Amino acid sequence: MNRALRLIARRALASIPVLLIVVVLTFLLLETAAGDAVDAYLLSIGGGDASVAQSLRAAYGLDQSMSARLWVYLSSLARLDLGWSVAFDRPVRDLIVERLPNTLLLMGSATALSFGLGSALGILAGARPGSFRDRALSTVSLVLYAIPSFWLGLVLSIVFAVQLRWLPTSGIETIASGRTGLARAVDIAVHLALPVGTLALIYMALFLRVMRAGMAEVWGMDFVLFARSKGLSRMRIVLRHVARNALLPLVTMLGLQAAAMLGGSVVIESIFAIPGFGRLAQEAVSGRDTALLTGIIVTSAVLVIAVNLLVDIVYALLDPRVGATERGA
Amino acid sequence: MTTMWRLLATPEGAIGLALLVCVALVALFAPVLSPGDPLRIAGRALTTPFSDAAFPLGTDRLGRDVLAGLIHGARASLAVGLAAAAAALAMGLCVGLAAGFAGGLLDEALMRVVDAFQIVPGFLLALAFVSVVGPSVPVVVLAIALGAWADPARLTRAQVLSVRERDYVAAAQVAGMHPVEIAVREILPNVLPPVLALSAIIVAAAILTEAALSFLGLGDPNVVTWGSMIAEGRNVLRSSPWLSIFPGIALVVTVVGVYLLGEGLTRVLSGRRAAA
Repeated sequence: MNRALRLIARRALASIPVLLIVVVLTFLLLETAAGDAVDAYLLSIGGGDASVAQSLRAAYGLDQSMSARLWVYLSSLARLDLGWSVAFDRPVRDLIVERLPNTLLLMGSATALSFGLGSALGILAGARPGSFRDRALSTVSLVLYAIPSFWLGLVLSIVFAVQLRWLPTSGIETIASGRTGLARAVDIAVHLALPVGTLALIYMALFLRVMRAGMAEVWGMDFVLFARSKGLSRMRIVLRHVARNALLPLVTMLGLQAAAMLGGSVVIESIFAIPGFGRLAQEAVSGRDTALLTGIIVTSAVLVIAVNLLVDIVYALLDPRVGATERGA
Repeated sequence: MTTMWRLLATPEGAIGLALLVCVALVALFAPVLSPGDPLRIAGRALTTPFSDAAFPLGTDRLGRDVLAGLIHGARASLAVGLAAAAAALAMGLCVGLAAGFAGGLLDEALMRVVDAFQIVPGFLLALAFVSVVGPSVPVVVLAIALGAWADPARLTRAQVLSVRERDYVAAAQVAGMHPVEIAVREILPNVLPPVLALSAIIVAAAILTEAALSFLGLGDPNVVTWGSMIAEGRNVLRSSPWLSIFPGIALVVTVVGVYLLGEGLTRVLSGRRAAA
């Protein structure tokens, strides 16, 4: 455990300069935008004169030089203050804290479901590489993985919400239903069934392919040959020897997919009108809310780092070789 | 040419190539197959598919021909997908070569920037970039490339590190070759194959990202794309679902073609390496 902790501490420290690069680059990119949040705000209320714009800019600190604002931003970031959203007239941190749980619930359920199903089907496919079952599963997963998530979401909602009317088309729960406890949990689950199902189908295809490829590789190794020569049953070889060793790349995939999943939340939350992190990003774009967009990008970078640290911990626990040669530094 | 024949001998390669050649031909001959502006109002609004011979796939809310949109949309999807992937690969190759070849502080600094681009969700970055610079085709290409160059950069650097200690590189150094010449003439050709193997995945991802961006209304408004057609059809999803379904099928067919071709290529290349 000590070995894993040392590894984690080192990785966490190493991610600080990377995070700093993210913050500075994002800040610079969004600063070059023509027109700021005050312009967008004035446009939305039907215009205003120059003095109003000037006083608004002074109030939000938008009239200072870029380097001065970058410094102010970095020092407030150190106090975990992400600035003020002009479009929502609320602190950026509050907005993100409010929206993030919905996205984490959506992503967490989709990941759990797709990881379970994908690895199980991957074992089925990889148990006999080249068999009919393997080819059928591989083809289906290839097509599934080629489907744009937003389109799959629309098609599933046409079928299950519009035609069959089994599930609601949008939202995360029935508005003002006054439900509490278990009834509310069921309500949320029913609302999330379509978006989670959409994401899970696509990511399941990815996990299936990784698992299958990993197993195909392990089959050729000497210890598998040894296990066969011992006369172990095929079932036992598949599960205890091949699948087990093919599971590690799947865990790596989880970390690599974290960023893509967060990015994908934008379209899926827009399709199903889920008030989450991704939808907030879209609202920030349409409101030209630089502070909010910067906050969202920085938060997503922190989340991705956190997921990867978590993956590292799992990896170190699963594989005793990881970090065994790390020295104290 | 032999690579081509071997590619056609694999089922993945043959099917993938056939699909892509179809899409590419449609894209190339779009002005011939469907003359005129695909965004013009051509007939009655919301014609049902297969009911009017003039509009085989029907019309949308404004009476625009869906088939014409699909044909012209192939251009946008393929062009943006290929251009973005090419830009991402070029950026990745340059940065990876520089980092791996220079080593030391420059390597460290460049790789931290690569890390930074890898932990920021590519789609969020593209969203932010397009919203800042404004939606037009070159901006969308650059936005997608910005989110995709980090993987090829990392792979290139790893390849360079494994190649640059080989004897022929040392020989070139002893012969007095300029470091830049060594990088371009000795190292690059040996680094390229595994990076190119990654290109199918990058092209597929670029096509899907372009579709998602234009679905959210962040594509060039004057160009018809499959993503924007899906978004347009979404307004009448309950009464006319086909408006969203057709362009989606076109997207899936194209991306499946790219994946299959990529798998075929990987199989042919790895088979050759095993034989050598």
